[in-house]
Amino acid sequence: MTDQTSAAPAGTADTAKPVAMSTSSRGTKALGLLTLVSAVFTILYSFWFSKADVELGNTVRILYVHVPTVSIAYLCMLVNAGASAFYLWKRTAFPDLLAAATGEIGVLLLGLTILAGMMWGKPTWGTFWEWGDPRLTSTLLLFLMYLGYVTVRNIPAPRSARNTRSAVIGIISALLIYPVKMSTEWWGSLHQGRTISAPGASKIHGAQEFALYSGFLTFMLFAAWLTIHRFRVGWLQDQADATELDAVIADRRAEAGAEQFGLGEVH
Amino acid sequence: MWHDVWLVCRKDLRIEARTRVTLNHVAPFVLTVVMLFAFALDADTTLLRRATGGLFWVTVLFAANAIAQRSASVDRPDGLPDALRLSNLSPAGMFLGKTLSLFLQLTATELVLAVAMVLMYDVRLRGIALILASIPLGTLAIAAVGSVYGPLAAGLQGRESILPLLMLPALAPVLLAATNAFGVAFGTTVGPGWRWVVMLGMLGAIYVAAGTATSAALLEET
Repeated sequence: MTDQTSAAPAGTADTAKPVAMSTSSRGTKALGLLTLVSAVFTILYSFWFSKADVELGNTVRILYVHVPTVSIAYLCMLVNAGASAFYLWKRTAFPDLLAAATGEIGVLLLGLTILAGMMWGKPTWGTFWEWGDPRLTSTLLLFLMYLGYVTVRNIPAPRSARNTRSAVIGIISALLIYPVKMSTEWWGSLHQGRTISAPGASKIHGAQEFALYSGFLTFMLFAAWLTIHRFRVGWLQDQADATELDAVIADRRAEAGAEQFGLGEVH
Repeated sequence: MWHDVWLVCRKDLRIEARTRVTLNHVAPFVLTVVMLFAFALDADTTLLRRATGGLFWVTVLFAANAIAQRSASVDRPDGLPDALRLSNLSPAGMFLGKTLSLFLQLTATELVLAVAMVLMYDVRLRGIALILASIPLGTLAIAAVGSVYGPLAAGLQGRESILPLLMLPALAPVLLAATNAFGVAFGTTVGPGWRWVVMLGMLGAIYVAAGTATSAALLEET
């Protein structure tokens, strides 16, 4: 994502330690390439090899994006909640950065889910949005709650306070995931219920099922690749903040020393 | 812990009694909203009567946002957060005390709002038991969410816009359940009204439990 350099962040004094300014590694490059290959394969397979559905027609292809993105968004949000709880327990940087990364990616994927769902809804239901549908409205609610998480996460604040606040929001927001998942069964819904994990047997077969799993793999790889990079960006941001603080403290100490010993004019 | 709950609640209510923010600012605000809804819906009494449940709870959410913001901001100045941390009060007790005080202030606001809506929207009260059960349960859930997110947002830049962004989505299920319970009570919606009351109770219990569990972490950092 960024070029491999090894330099101190701009604005820091020469007393500061150099910080590696890269989020890329051999592993992430390989993962990125794999994601790209998987995405190209999914697109080709979905459009050329998988046939249109008897009932849904060509709109079934939208589901190869819609279903994987929502499942992986839930996964990201569950990881976010687990990491948030772990952060409140241990107060270490790793779970906090993991929660931050998965929270943002969860919002991104859920946003994609909603957009894909709307694109599917217009030709199928005749409307982009149906307010009476519990799955649609509860998903929008979940999206807004995690948007709040990301917003609080990005407001400038002392690191520990920011981490704790966002962890609490992450845990509370996750309480909605299960009701959203179950909304088609608990309340009457226009939205289709479970497809792959339906009681009895899967409702999707053959090339369509393969295209769907290919979509799952692509978005899973994409989410993993993005999570690693976002995690590293968060870590670099924290390092840069800490380095800047160290530099300011060193400057103040130098000023205080100069004043005490009359070593020069102090500005 | 229960002693701490009462101490914090009494402190907040005493501040309210002295400053009268709920009485002087929030009560007129809810009356204004009642009027604005009537203008927005073209003064159609039949429509207003049908929509009363939803309008009531939307107004309560707006009022809750203002009261929660106020309740959290009184604990911010003059090193009060540090004083509270050093006071040896139980964090759970402080959270529950805040929730109780918010609950009481919201209940008073709801009373003013209910009287105004009955008189001005010509609401015919039916299903009193359903209404009387859903109001305290819905209010408890709202107060619990306000007591978590109010102090959390109070220390942030842009707190005025952040609090509704956090609070309102979390309270949307409460709005849905309470509006449906009111709809059944008023006869504008068909369905099992008590199921919505049970849902309100569950939401209240979940939010109180989540707030109590995270109270120590929040007290430390807000």
